[in-house]
Formats: sequence, structure tokens, C-alpha cells
Amino acid sequence: MSLKGNGTYEIFKADVQQNFRSKSFWLYTSFFALFVAVMFMTGITESQVIGFVGLSRLLVTFMQVSMVILPIYVLISTVRSLVGEKENGVLEYTLSLPISYSQYFWGKFWSRFVVIYLPVVFALILAVFWGMLRHLEIPWKLFFLYVFLLASMIFFFLGLSMYISARSRTQENALGISFMIWIFLVAFMDILLIGMMLRMRINPEAVISLALLNPLQVFRTGSLILFDPKLTVMGPVSYYILDTVNRSTFIAFAIEYPIILGLILAWLGNRYFKRHDVV
Amino acid sequence: MSKALIKVEKLVKKFGETEILHGLTVDFNEGDRIALIGQNGAGKTTLIRCILGLYTYEGYLEVLGHNPRNERTEILKHVGFVPQLPPPIRMKVSELMNFFSEIFGVDKQVYIDLTNKLNLDVQQHIDKPFLKLSGGMKQKLLVSLALGHNPQILLMDEPAANLDPAARVILFDMLKNYREDALMLISSHRTDEIEHLINRVIEMDLGHIVVDKPFEAVKHEENC
Repeated sequence: MSLKGNGTYEIFKADVQQNFRSKSFWLYTSFFALFVAVMFMTGITESQVIGFVGLSRLLVTFMQVSMVILPIYVLISTVRSLVGEKENGVLEYTLSLPISYSQYFWGKFWSRFVVIYLPVVFALILAVFWGMLRHLEIPWKLFFLYVFLLASMIFFFLGLSMYISARSRTQENALGISFMIWIFLVAFMDILLIGMMLRMRINPEAVISLALLNPLQVFRTGSLILFDPKLTVMGPVSYYILDTVNRSTFIAFAIEYPIILGLILAWLGNRYFKRHDVV
Repeated sequence: MSKALIKVEKLVKKFGETEILHGLTVDFNEGDRIALIGQNGAGKTTLIRCILGLYTYEGYLEVLGHNPRNERTEILKHVGFVPQLPPPIRMKVSELMNFFSEIFGVDKQVYIDLTNKLNLDVQQHIDKPFLKLSGGMKQKLLVSLALGHNPQILLMDEPAANLDPAARVILFDMLKNYREDALMLISSHRTDEIEHLINRVIEMDLGHIVVDKPFEAVKHEENC
């Protein structure tokens, strides 16, 4: 079956082509590739944390860095791209063609996913390849978990940024909202929650449940759970989590929950986009 | 009597509490070559955007028998649109032509021939990003892309704004010889330049249609 003439595919293809040509895409790709290279050169695979050494150590550090960089990158690059097209007339022109709102919206969604996800996975594969060359033991389980966890986190933030883009008229407004949400999600991780628990004397179980609604927290916990099966670095919170659900259930939750949330947000964004003025 | 391709009844467009179009009622018919004139802020672009299905509205609007909000792809297969300002599209010229070619199922060569007719040797610029072309080149390409699928409705917002005099003559000649059953809605600040092309004048002012007459009648009144 040919996809030619299908609006979603045409928007997807055009957007991917343009992104592959942009400097910012190659800068972003180089950042993750260089990060892996620098980690190897600085000897992180020889350092030891909680008994773990080698490529696992590198992959966990990679995930910690991704957790800081990816959410804000997804938010900023997506709202700039989509709301920018509203502001400069490209959206008006594109939608004067026989392309439905949904085709445009989902074409953009999948193209953004590909251009954000591919460089990160490429960096992970690079790390594994480098590890093989150095005859390190390859933690395949951890590698595949991270491939899925990264996709899942990108999915959530992409859904969120598509929703913000559908509702915003100006880049300034969209960027402001994105930044506020990001700060909120970052702030609502362990430290702030523990502070809240102490000050407000809220039931700890309720606070932890609330924390696990935060996709960033879910990503963080999910990225530690194979590396540190007892979640010792998370302190007392881990007892509650591991008492409530077993490890594989939590892994499934960590992958599925952000994807579902991202899809719901993207669906809501598309619904808004279809029902309101688009330019 | 010629068939109405676009029917507008009591069309109201509001942005928040501000009403921009105040209950427009008008038909645009097969064979109409319309100069849509008016000052900035008259509502010309808003009307065009409603027809393209880009805005929500109150009232009734039907384009080729379809609702432009719900059945836009059916309508837009038969519409060619030239915006007033060329948008900063980052696609290469070749990619843009391929994009149109695949969306409309039109051979890319059709666009190349049309740009050649407008005195633009597009092959020389095929690998350049669209936004790096000069204003005139962009406009010629946009016109070619709008005409390539031989649409029955042409919506053009100042289509000759960036063109040199020679290209303007060629463009208006091309439009004059365009399919007879087509409807052309040409938004412009003045009619003198397009007077050989048009047969109807609609003037808008502050969201109202204040003049809707055959061009000959307008011309006659001006001469009296």
C-alpha cells in the first residue's frame, strides 16, 4: 500500500526531511554521542557505585542526564516548531491544502518523535558498541529497558507539548507554560515531596502515590529499578513502592503510564486543534 | 444562471468579543472573476480564511456543497491558494514540488512548466530552500503550485505583489485564459491592475460588504 498522498505521511516526511537538514538536529545528536564518548574517556565504566561497575554505570548516568535534558528539549523544540508555524504563516499555507487537521497534527507528532528519539537511541547503541569493543559485559536487560523508558518519557512530553502548541497563539506564551510545567514536574520529585510530608503531615502513602503520578518520577524510579533492585538510593520511598508492587509490574507501569498519558494529551490537543481557529 | 460554488449566509466571525465579519451574505459563482477590495482590517483575509476552513464561524458557509470545517479535504482538492506574503517554508524547492505533487497527484513537470511560463527557470534553484529564493521567485512558485492541479476555485491574496512588471503581465494573461468555469477571488487594494481580468467587484469595509456589482457597472460609475 502506497502512503503517497496520505496527509499524515506527507507531513511526517516533509518535517523529518527538514529536521535532518537543520543544524539544531545535528547539534542535539552530537551532544548525546559526545556525551557517551566523554563518559568512556573519563573512565566512568571503571568507577563503582553500589557495587555496580562497567557499562551499567554508564547507562544509568546517561539516563540521569537524559532526564534533565530531554523533557525541556522536547517541550521547547516542539512548541517552537508548531506555534512558530502558526505565527509565520506556514500553518495557514499548509492547511490550505487537502490535509485534514488530524493528519497535520499526527504527522507532526510522529515526525517530532522520530527526530527526538533516534539520536538518543543512537547514543545508547553507540555506548553498547563501544562497550563491546572494550570487552565489557553488556547489560542487555538494562539496555532494552532504557530504550523503552526513553521512548515512553519522550512520548509523554511530546503529547504535553502538542497539547500546549494546539492551545497557544504565540511562542512566548507556549514557552512560558512549558517552562512552568517542567519546573512543576521537577519540583514534585522526592525532595520536595519529603518536605511536604514533613511539613503538612500528609499520609506518606498518599504523597508517594501522588509522586508516582509524575511521569518524571516514574521515569527516574524505572531507570533505577534494574540497576538498583532495592531502590536503596531512593530511601524509604522504595519500601512503599516495592511493598505495593513487584519489580516487573513497576517496570510495565513505568513504560506504559507515560505513553498512555502522552497519547491522551495529544488526543486532547488534536481535539482542540480541530474545534478552534487554527491560525 | 451560473452555479454558486461558495454560498455565504449571515456569516459572523468573532475574535473574543470583537466581531470582525458582521453577518455577510453573498454567493460566489462559477465563472466569477472577483476583485475583493477594501482597506486593511476590512475583513478580506478573515473571509478567505473562513472559506479555507481555518476559522470557526457562526452562520452558514458552503463551498462546493461541503462544509469547510468538517469536509475540508474534499473542498481543498479543488482550491488553489496564493497567500499575500510567501511563508518561510524551509523545504527545498524540489521537496516543495514533490510535496504538492504527492498531495494532489499531479506530475511535478506540470509545476516546472508553469514556473517556466512565469519566466522562472526553477531547475536552477531546485536544491535551494524555498525561503532563500527572492520575493518574486517565491511568488511565481506559489502561483504555479496553486494552479498546478487546475482547481475550480482560486483564492489569491495580492498575487502580483512581489512580481516584476513583465511577470505581472504573464500572470494576468495566464489567469485570463484559465478555465472558464473557475471562480477567482482576488484580494487586492486596487482594481486598475486587474481590470482586464475581473467581471465583479466586491468591496468590504469594517466587516461588511458595501459594494457588490459587476465590474462594468463600477467602471461606468467611475466614468460618470
